[in-house]
Amino acid sequence: MIKDTYILGIETSCDETAVAIVKNGKEITSNVVASQIESHKRFGGVVPEIASRHHVEQITLVLEEAFQEAGLEWDDIDAIAVTEGPGLVGALLIGVNAAKALAFAKNKPLVGVHHIAGHIYANRLEEEFHFPLLALIVSGGHTELVLMKEHGSYEVIGETRDDAAGEAYDKVARMLQLPYPGGPQIDRLAAEGKLSIDFPRAWLEEDSFDFSFSGLKSAVINKIHNAKQKGETLKPEDVAASFQASVIDVLVTKTVKAALQYNVKQVIVAGGVAANKGLRAELEAKFANMNTPLLIPPLNLCTDNAAMIAAAGTIAFEKGIRSGLDLNANPSLLLK
Amino acid sequence: MHILAIDTSNEVMGVAILKENEVIGEIVTNIAKNHSVRLMPAIEFLMKEVNLIPEQLDKIVVAKGPGSYTGVRIGLTTAKTLAWSLNIPIVGVSSLEGLAYQGRFSEALICPFFDARRGLVYTGLYEFIEGQPKLVENEQNILFSDWLDKLSELNRDVLFLSPDMEKHSTMIEEKLGEKAIIPEKTFHIPKPSHLGMAAGYHKPDLTHDLIPNYLRLAEAESKWLNEQRDTNNG
Ligand SMILES: [Zn+2]
Repeated sequence: MIKDTYILGIETSCDETAVAIVKNGKEITSNVVASQIESHKRFGGVVPEIASRHHVEQITLVLEEAFQEAGLEWDDIDAIAVTEGPGLVGALLIGVNAAKALAFAKNKPLVGVHHIAGHIYANRLEEEFHFPLLALIVSGGHTELVLMKEHGSYEVIGETRDDAAGEAYDKVARMLQLPYPGGPQIDRLAAEGKLSIDFPRAWLEEDSFDFSFSGLKSAVINKIHNAKQKGETLKPEDVAASFQASVIDVLVTKTVKAALQYNVKQVIVAGGVAANKGLRAELEAKFANMNTPLLIPPLNLCTDNAAMIAAAGTIAFEKGIRSGLDLNANPSLLLK
Repeated sequence: MHILAIDTSNEVMGVAILKENEVIGEIVTNIAKNHSVRLMPAIEFLMKEVNLIPEQLDKIVVAKGPGSYTGVRIGLTTAKTLAWSLNIPIVGVSSLEGLAYQGRFSEALICPFFDARRGLVYTGLYEFIEGQPKLVENEQNILFSDWLDKLSELNRDVLFLSPDMEKHSTMIEEKLGEKAIIPEKTFHIPKPSHLGMAAGYHKPDLTHDLIPNYLRLAEAESKWLNEQRDTNNG
């Protein structure tokens, strides 16, 4: 009989202190997330120093809860996986140093994990992967198309050249004076609005899978300014709907094109913006007519969590990848 | 009784292992290098040198600040996680108190301080009475010139200890004249063994509750509080 593998995952790259234990890379035995969102709301966005302060206060509490929830002991744990980047450096440092202390104290292997690899592997907690697969990652910090030919191998075929999609959402939400975090607010408003404004779509070069959202962001800001100067009133619902349509149009079109070009067996959507109802609906509609299955994880696995880090860490662990006790946080770590 | 003492709260990195009241190993560096990369390897190296395994540790002592926010958090995260996972007590000691301990045989008042930029320092005032450190004036983040004016009013000898002495010694001598005692350079480098000894005067903390001693709000937070005050008054 083959022994089960239990990986402890730690994620502190932004504003969630998270610890999880995952069995065989596919099954969640515990998944604890201490969100700081309420604390950052008053600042209108994540303040890095405040995030780091919360992480150091929460980390051992969250660790303890993860073990209690799983009903496991240290002897059951095979390795410790931690997000080493990208993210906020001060925030990452808490997870990385906690993981190193555990690896030393409990004499366990340590595995550094890329945050985006984690987002992709959130899907494997729901369904087994079939290669090659295409992953669309959309979050506050990332907009990427990643091609995977096998476990643990990542080829970035497209990425944003300026703002991440989630960043554009937050900025437009601020223009519309919506509370933080803006993404879900725009998604909600968009459902009630009309596509009355024709915002630009940045297609870039014919063969490129890259994205750009800064032009769209400026167009929205200009539209709101001009309307104000002329004394016209724009319905926020219509601005939200038209903005969201532009973002989704580009994301979905490029994803479909890449899926066809690389003849993939699965398309995966990951990252916080994967929770966006408009995006989910449009992707589901497009892929319903295609032979490629579309995987979108449940909401709690779209946002940052540690189960996804443990899931990605399981693959790295099985491949023999190890980090030393000199592991550092790397805020601009590349996905390889 | 084996104690592991850790200090990464300022530029000096220190790791010491004490057996009862005896230092059996100590690593101190006074260079500008990354604490996050070097701390765990230093602990691992020292533990190996003194032939200890993690399960043989009985207590963790950590410098909880003030100092570099990031440095303080690296030490505290490491120390808290070690204490929690090994299920042993932890004691957080003020980085200033650890430094003050190095003046314990002086009759004078002891003023440890760390530079906090823009003329500010983190400081406090200590006195050793029958060998025990007593806090005479609360630790605070204050303009150094204001602090020195206060000290000169006390009209007592004051021993100054700080790794940032070079930048501030002229002002100290100007304000306190002959009342100022500034020892040679080696005394200004905090030693983790002394931090470990200072911890003997403190009860253990609850691991989950131990938080950094920043002595200062995050910038965004103090700005936000000021804005709230303005709106409430306006
Ligand atoms: Zn994320």
